[in-house]
Amino acid sequence: MRSDVRDYTLTAPGSLDAVLSALAANPRLTPIAGGTELMVALGVGRLGRHELISLDGLKELRFIEERPETLILGAGATFTDIRRNAAIAREFPLLAQTASWTGSIANQNRGTLGGNIANASPAADNPPALLAYDASIELVSATGRRTLPYDEFHLGYKKTVLQPGELIYAIHLPRRFAQHRQYVRKVGTRNAQAIAKIALAATALIDEAMVREIRLAGASLIDRPVRLHATEALLLGKAITPELRTQAAAVLASEIKPIDDIRSTAKYRIAVACNLLDEFLLSL
Amino acid sequence: MAAKESIVGSPALRYEGEAKVLGYAKYIDDLHFPQMIHGATVRSKFPRGRITAIRYGEGIPWDEFTIVTWKDIPGENTIVHLLKDHPCLVQEIVNHPEEPIVLLAHPDKALLRKAVDAVTIEYEPLPAVFTIEESEAPDAPVIWNSEAGDSPNVFKTYLMEKGHVEDVWATADYIIEGEYSTGAQEQFYIENNGVIAEYSEQGVTVWGSMQCPYYLHHALQLAFGLPEQKCRVIQVETGGAFGGKEDYPSVIGCHAALLAMKSGRPVKMVYDRMEDMAATTKRHPSRTRHRTAVSKDGKLLGGEIEFAIDGGAYVTLSPVVLSRGTIHAAGPYNWPHLRIRAKAVATNCPPHGAFRGFGAPQSIFGLERHMDLIAKTVGITPEELRRRNFLQPGGTTATGQLIKDPIDLNGMLTRALEESGYHAKRAEFAKTNPTSPIKRGIGFATFMHGAGFTGSGERRLNSLVAIEVDDEGKPEILVSSTEFGQGTNTILCQVAAQTLHISYKDVRIAQPDTDRVPNSGPTVASRTAMIVGKLVEDASHNLLTCMRASGLLEETYTPEQFCHAALAYKQQHGELRATARYQAPDDIFWDDDKYHGDAYPAYAWAVYVAEVAVDTRTYMAEVKNFWALQEVGKVLNPVLAKGQVEGGVAQGIGYAIYEKCVWKDGVMANNQMTNYIMPTSADLPPIHVLFEEVPSIHGPFGAKGIGELPMDGPAPAILNAIEEATGVRFNHCPLLPEDIFDKLANPTLISADSSQLQPAVAGPVFSGTTP
Ligand SMILES: Cc1cc2nc3c(=O)[nH]c(=O)nc-3n(C[C@H](O)[C@H](O)[C@H](O)COP(=O)(O)OP(=O)(O)OC[C@H]3O[C@@H](n4cnc5c(N)ncnc54)[C@H](O)[C@@H]3O)c2cc1C
Repeated sequence: MRSDVRDYTLTAPGSLDAVLSALAANPRLTPIAGGTELMVALGVGRLGRHELISLDGLKELRFIEERPETLILGAGATFTDIRRNAAIAREFPLLAQTASWTGSIANQNRGTLGGNIANASPAADNPPALLAYDASIELVSATGRRTLPYDEFHLGYKKTVLQPGELIYAIHLPRRFAQHRQYVRKVGTRNAQAIAKIALAATALIDEAMVREIRLAGASLIDRPVRLHATEALLLGKAITPELRTQAAAVLASEIKPIDDIRSTAKYRIAVACNLLDEFLLSL
Repeated sequence: MAAKESIVGSPALRYEGEAKVLGYAKYIDDLHFPQMIHGATVRSKFPRGRITAIRYGEGIPWDEFTIVTWKDIPGENTIVHLLKDHPCLVQEIVNHPEEPIVLLAHPDKALLRKAVDAVTIEYEPLPAVFTIEESEAPDAPVIWNSEAGDSPNVFKTYLMEKGHVEDVWATADYIIEGEYSTGAQEQFYIENNGVIAEYSEQGVTVWGSMQCPYYLHHALQLAFGLPEQKCRVIQVETGGAFGGKEDYPSVIGCHAALLAMKSGRPVKMVYDRMEDMAATTKRHPSRTRHRTAVSKDGKLLGGEIEFAIDGGAYVTLSPVVLSRGTIHAAGPYNWPHLRIRAKAVATNCPPHGAFRGFGAPQSIFGLERHMDLIAKTVGITPEELRRRNFLQPGGTTATGQLIKDPIDLNGMLTRALEESGYHAKRAEFAKTNPTSPIKRGIGFATFMHGAGFTGSGERRLNSLVAIEVDDEGKPEILVSSTEFGQGTNTILCQVAAQTLHISYKDVRIAQPDTDRVPNSGPTVASRTAMIVGKLVEDASHNLLTCMRASGLLEETYTPEQFCHAALAYKQQHGELRATARYQAPDDIFWDDDKYHGDAYPAYAWAVYVAEVAVDTRTYMAEVKNFWALQEVGKVLNPVLAKGQVEGGVAQGIGYAIYEKCVWKDGVMANNQMTNYIMPTSADLPPIHVLFEEVPSIHGPFGAKGIGELPMDGPAPAILNAIEEATGVRFNHCPLLPEDIFDKLANPTLISADSSQLQPAVAGPVFSGTTP
């Protein structure tokens, strides 16, 4: 433990409303849900925020609700909750998959979807699946709620639209992907307990050999979880041919900006991203 | 005799297993002494320089702290290993990042951490080198120079010669060259390094997680200027070591003891994972260059091998690691002529140290990759090449050692290839690979590993073992050989029980405490089962002889009769104790100057086969199946032996394709479990462990060493399989997907080498790796 816990405070008001008023009153408060990001930072002595407020155990945030048109996942839903949910397994298999390879079982029991999103790491496992499913995100604060396309949530490296005092409330998934071809692949440093070197999630609706709808999203391709709009635009309305696949790889390579880091290299990431895209397109 | 079924060879339960499983085994961090405070280390943040000032920053109540610098060392400022170049604390010149400069102690661990961060070291930088190539460059700064070394920046060299290699080049059909290199590897024991020290009028005592209590015992005598009876070292339950707790406990042990002396209180020092990974030893990075003369029919005519390892900033154990790497560089083959030049060089990295295999995995990697290159060049299979060159009984190794045991490497190779379905798989992959994005391959390595200290090492160690009967009439084994997960306790008790004809659960083994146990040598070098096991067997016989001579024990007896006789003996004589001291076998000779003779009393022999799949979309290689066949003399405990091999293979897979130390100017940049990628169970294949037994006269019941052997074979077998799968040669491990990508995606980077020689046009041709 490289931090002195006496330098930190933790409050647990016990209800969402109480948490929201506390956040409104004190902008220095940082929410902590499962703690699987924040406790790591604390352990290595790099947790700069000292006043924590607990979301752990808030029933208002931990739910998965099936509505006719949408499936709503509370920000407090854990990866285990997601893995065990029958509707997700049936209709959103990519998310069930990404939840299953998020850390270890212990991690999945504590870690939350909201924490994964709010932490805003470009390498996070679940955002690409959410982007491929055209998710919306619902935010809540003491002054009200707002919902926006999840695609607009991430602004840059560890930057999001969240305002001080605002929490992620839920993710909305439109229930209309039954006919879509779906794909996700994570290339980690190893087969388990690995941070993604790159990942690609994709959904596409094919009708009479034409791409009618397509969503591509990836991890570690740029400074944030990202939808690949340029590549999508190229493919939309076309039939998959060898020439188109080559063009798609070129557009993808120009659309992403991966980095060299301790885990991999930019050129490897670009090449593999193109290969994964090709693997998906070949399967259509 | 009483014991009907054999204890040796049975899966006796782990001696300390119940305590570990039920959680009452006490590791160092579980121990708390009255008045105990905590210690921490202020380290250099730069690779090399002259310290100009040490500043103790604001906001810390420094008067509450115990502060130790080199000035507080009562004896010599050294951590003694082979030389005394390694200071206990930096006096003036820093030689590597993370080098200990100041020690702090305080009751409050969290405050201690802040205090460490508040100390700043001011310095004038000095030029530094970080790789073998930088260290040996003609214009390299001299970073290490001592009369004991062979030349500037060189800790140690060896020259090993057999025959006259100059004569072979002219007659060779092929001359084949290759260069191979290996990276550093972290031991990754589960429990980090940790100790507790106490100091009083009576002397200094250190409890700790360690392999070699008598190494620390020696280090304390020098650092404190105390006689041996005033130094005491006690090993507590140790959570893994793999060589990483061979020499390092001497560092942390002396540090905690200095703080204990100055503070007058017991001091605990336990590293966290980041500090342990950054500051303590790793496997030596290496480079092996081969130049081999081969005949058209694939006979090795002669060869030159240049083997170099990166020792880091101080000598520590590098000469011994180099020695084992040098001797194993020739492998299990018949070399009519051979010259090996080896050197350990200095760099400004933290000192590299012992790690399972101890130099052998490095040079064997080079050789076994090179053998596949030779086969390809000559145009025969890797299998055929090895069959034509295997050592046979009656042959001599590269050091001139006569093979006396009836080993059958051809038979072992046949068995390993059959068990793995090698031939069928090669044929199948040749068919399926061209149309599949996943390229599969199967490859193997053949090798041996010497058990015990090299050459005259065991004679010098002069190990002593004792057995003493306790008040319940139960024999207790007294050795300094330690348990750290590998099974020392269990196998030694099995050997004693079998020899004494009593039950396994009636034998005890003492906690290693230098005040109580004799020095049976360090727990390293695959020596415990064979050397110490034999001494336990001898001491058991001596115990029986003593009891029989007294007339208290008949020729045949039951365990109850043994117990009664033992207690009766004790009553008459006060104690019942027998010892056994190592005696070098008469027929073992070693010449340290010429590096010639019987390098090891015995070798274990092995054939390892790896099946891999390389995904050409992700460039990831995975090991899909693994067969490990070894001849080990005698399997003392089948469960533990299998565990040793499975664990070693897993570690070898990590070494081959996952575990990379990312260095930035001598600093390990990925010193966290998230970024230092050790394979998990999800990355490991089925590991089929197969044994053969050709008993050796040197070990108890025929046993030889197996601890290090399984580390030697996986990396070359896996890279040989990857070449089979992809058709591309990779000569460095760890081999990561990024490296595979670099070559597969850029065919122009694939350098021409000897394997592109056409047998038809090959005369005495020379072809370099970089034309
Ligand atoms: C061993 C280990 C392995 C891991 N492996 C993976 C992996 O494979 N893939 C992966 O993607 N991640 C992995 N993680 C990271 C982590 O588990 C996930 O990011 C997890 O989803 C974080 O959720 P949490 O609830 O624990 O977050 P916390 O640590 O509680 O919080 C994380 C951040 O989110 C904020 N936050 C939490 N909830 C909300 C909310 N409702 N509204 C606004 N802000 C909020 C917090 O303020 C904080 O900044 C791993 C972590 C560990 C320790």
